[in-house]
Amino acid sequence: MMIETEYLAPRNIDQLFEGIRGRIGQVKFMAGCTNVLPSLRARAISPGLLVDLTGLEEMAHIRKVNRVISVGALTTMTALVSSEIIQKESPILASAARQLGNPLTRNRATIGGNLADASPAADMAPPLLALEATIHTAGPEGKGREIPLDRFFLGPNKTVLGEDEIITRITIPKPEDPWKGSHIKFGLRNAMAISVASVALMLEMKENVCRKARVALGSLSPTPIRAYLVEKELEDREITDEVLERCTVAVNQEISPISDIRGSADYRRQVAAVLLKRAIRQAHMGRK
Amino acid sequence: MKKQTIQITVNGEKHELDVELNALLINVLREELSLTGAKYACGNGQCGACTVLIDGESVLSCLTLAVAADGAEIVTIEGLAKPDGTLEPVQEAFLDNAAIQCGFCTPGMVIMGKELLDKNPLPTESEIREHIKGNLCRCTGYHSIVRAIKSCIK
Repeated sequence: MMIETEYLAPRNIDQLFEGIRGRIGQVKFMAGCTNVLPSLRARAISPGLLVDLTGLEEMAHIRKVNRVISVGALTTMTALVSSEIIQKESPILASAARQLGNPLTRNRATIGGNLADASPAADMAPPLLALEATIHTAGPEGKGREIPLDRFFLGPNKTVLGEDEIITRITIPKPEDPWKGSHIKFGLRNAMAISVASVALMLEMKENVCRKARVALGSLSPTPIRAYLVEKELEDREITDEVLERCTVAVNQEISPISDIRGSADYRRQVAAVLLKRAIRQAHMGRK
Repeated sequence: MKKQTIQITVNGEKHELDVELNALLINVLREELSLTGAKYACGNGQCGACTVLIDGESVLSCLTLAVAADGAEIVTIEGLAKPDGTLEPVQEAFLDNAAIQCGFCTPGMVIMGKELLDKNPLPTESEIREHIKGNLCRCTGYHSIVRAIKSCIK
């Protein structure tokens, strides 16, 4: 049986913060519920008050305004996959959304929820890190802030969000043309897989030379990370076998994988190297 | 446990129900409305046996709070056939292709099959298999289910 709880479904931001006043520490925000409900039912969490965010309709949007793509926190995976803007401008994001969970969970799982839950294996994090995303939040009394995603995660299931702070939207600068991306999620099965390792990267290619790189890794450290050492290896270099080998050395200096039921730390190190090379080659060969 | 009154339309019929705040939609459908087509199996969103349509979209009803479905239009497997009992083509296809063994996964599979064909009348086998990835079957090995959905392609 599920725990006892109260339930609030605010229609707007003001109602939300009015409703949680004085209840800080007891609140669990919910949207798609694909993680929250299993946690509640397993009694892993026991909030006194569930706050349903799905009434905040403004937070479900995908927009491109000038050079910025804005994705509302309540945007579902299904919406991301079928969005022409996302398919065209940031296909690595669509790739991650398409591989999260299964078609049923994708109809409900939200991008904000995936980030706020902050699993080290969060599917949406690596592409968003590679796209240099910014988290926009709202707090009580009109407070809110902008947090670069690479400063958002603190540890497994821990973020910088305050207990009375919600993600409202995520913005990414629209990738411009010489940039090419790739994304690989590696799991033990074709669906409903918590990734064993994942790589997302964006390369600014000038002919055969990589000018700049943004490389992000999931499930290989306590949080999703940018692999800055790998990026340095790629900067202003031609993509040769030698450079790729140096990248695999660099990646192992950045990650700190653990052994768990999905794989050993050693295995993850090996897989990280393989996926990294594969992803770099894929991006280099020109898929955006 | 506090209760809340919700209004849901299920298979075309309006219902006003008093539900506990922590009640799951799957249990409300099965126990309050006696619609036992959707099954409670894994209870944590991994098997798809609880699949229903909410506002036209397939959803795991075991991961949906009943209070969160207030105001929604829900279709369960019982609502697929016409009022006079005529089955949907995908339902006939499941019968014709021996795609039902124990029947536990069937309501979810049929709903997903219908949803796919409504959106994409010419799915490839790959697209069919992709669409039912959230629905587990322990009996058929999926082959007859895929064949049934495929047979609906004209």
